[in-house]
Amino acid sequence: MAYGDYVIQRDLNFTVNRGDIFVIMGGSGCGKSTLLKQMIGLNRPSRGAVLYDGEDYWAASPEAQVERQRSFGVLFQAGALWSSLTLAENVALPLQEFTGLTPDLIREIVSLKLSLVGLAGFEAFYPSEISGGMKKRAGLARAMALDPEILFFDEPSAGLDPLSSRRLDELILELRDSLGATIVLVTHELASIFAIANNSVFLDADTKTMIATGDPKALARGDVEKVRNFLQRGGA
Amino acid sequence: MTVDDGAGEWRDRLVIDGSADAPVVRLTGTWSLRGPVTRYVEIAPRLAAAKRVSLGAQDLKAWDSSAVNFLAALLRDCEARKIAVDQTALPEGLRRLLTLAFAVPPPASVRGTPQAPGLLAALGQHALTVWRDLPAMVEFAGEITLSLGRFCTGRARYRRQDLGWLIEEVGPRALPIVSLISFLVGTILAYMGAVQLALFGAEIYIADLVGIGVVREVAALMTGIILAGRTGAAYAAQLGTMQVNEEIDAFRTLGVSPIDYLVLPRMLALLLMVPLLTLYAGIVGILAGMLIAVGVFNVGMYEYYNETLTALELKHFAVGVIKGTVYGGLVAFAGCLRGMNCGRSAQAVGESTTSAVVLGILLITISASVLTIVFHKLGI
Repeated sequence: MAYGDYVIQRDLNFTVNRGDIFVIMGGSGCGKSTLLKQMIGLNRPSRGAVLYDGEDYWAASPEAQVERQRSFGVLFQAGALWSSLTLAENVALPLQEFTGLTPDLIREIVSLKLSLVGLAGFEAFYPSEISGGMKKRAGLARAMALDPEILFFDEPSAGLDPLSSRRLDELILELRDSLGATIVLVTHELASIFAIANNSVFLDADTKTMIATGDPKALARGDVEKVRNFLQRGGA
Repeated sequence: MTVDDGAGEWRDRLVIDGSADAPVVRLTGTWSLRGPVTRYVEIAPRLAAAKRVSLGAQDLKAWDSSAVNFLAALLRDCEARKIAVDQTALPEGLRRLLTLAFAVPPPASVRGTPQAPGLLAALGQHALTVWRDLPAMVEFAGEITLSLGRFCTGRARYRRQDLGWLIEEVGPRALPIVSLISFLVGTILAYMGAVQLALFGAEIYIADLVGIGVVREVAALMTGIILAGRTGAAYAAQLGTMQVNEEIDAFRTLGVSPIDYLVLPRMLALLLMVPLLTLYAGIVGILAGMLIAVGVFNVGMYEYYNETLTALELKHFAVGVIKGTVYGGLVAFAGCLRGMNCGRSAQAVGESTTSAVVLGILLITISASVLTIVFHKLGI
């Protein structure tokens, strides 16, 4: 993948299995977010393919791409809630666009989604009126609106205190277990990585390629020094 | 008992049996948001006599939020009626989601969906907003004056590069649109005048009409309105977006006055460039008039030139430039005011940009009338 002539990462090859909690790791600026954007269909990779159930996303027709994207839920770094809509309207928008549900039912489901992320009763608030952690959770409620098969998270715990961050991790784990969704997240929060991930890829900025993939707990004891250092915070 | 036709809808997905006071509600088939969705209210009457409810999901093939939503509504209703619900037969995922949904009770002091105000109330609220707006405008004007004072005594902190960039943005880059508009307006004036003057065979006075009209009034007015749409809107959008990103707060916490740093250079750029743009617009207007008079109404080029020189006096230029400068200042004021007082959302940026243009044009029109009367009384 590259921006113009500037190559960020090359020769990436990894598999995310259904039901995985998959972490994209690596130092700052190594291309984690770019990789995520290519997986969710925002940026086209300069070469190669992104396969979902064996189908290349970028080779598919625009209609098929939209259909595929509908099975994604994405939580952006800062929540990316639409600032002119209330939380309820934010969560309701995908439901209004992509389902034929009646307004009453949409209202019920929106309340349900908000209560799942612990924001029951905040329907009428605007994004500018709630805290950063609440924005993240509201963003999660919106990402889950259509019961996606795959949830993507860009730095879910960035900017959260350790407790909120742990609660968000537990929430992610709970949602995976109960909804059976696959989860792909970009993070360098070690605590989260060990707490929830069971699969990962490690991108290296120096060699511009991936240097490890697999369960982060195993990688922490593995034989790739850079990854071990990263996961043990340079110590031990 | 009446036959309920709607019942067929939910029979694909629900089986209700057991006795009336201890019904068993079983989810079956496929529950999907994409298909027909069953709501709890549809079957609520069937549980009206229940004292205890058991839930089950033996033949449930696939489920999503629609099932969770149904069960959550059922649980909420049963809780309100103090009826025991046996959930043990539900799949684990469903049970955990339900626990999660009820884990955090809504805070007691949360506001509901706001009611839309009535027509009269909305009118009153609007009037109040406008009324409250006035002190804010006066305050902002005061802050700008103080900042200009600091600038004159050399104590204002701002970046020279910014000023240079802003001047380029306001002045040279506005030339194409100013040229086009003043050329067209000059043409219109010449035609309008010529048709009347030709009745008396006095086409030569097109020069007076266009010259004085454009230089005194029209050039300044057109420049002001172009700048309101071009620069005032840009100022409001720039400052408004900075407000959204908390960039203006970042200046404040550094002890740097955002008025000095952001508003002052913008005011200065406009105040410096507007007189030049007004003069330029005047000249383009005159040339357009000449083109029409010479080309269409057969006035001699030299005669037209001479007539223009006789008609125009320095005071006409002075009046035009003073007006233009005032309009420019007002446009910068409206743009910066709306930008600095912008709310923190994308919609607020849009509103403040719109409002900057509207306020700018409003202020221009008001000051145009006032200045015209003042200059008339002064006999200039």
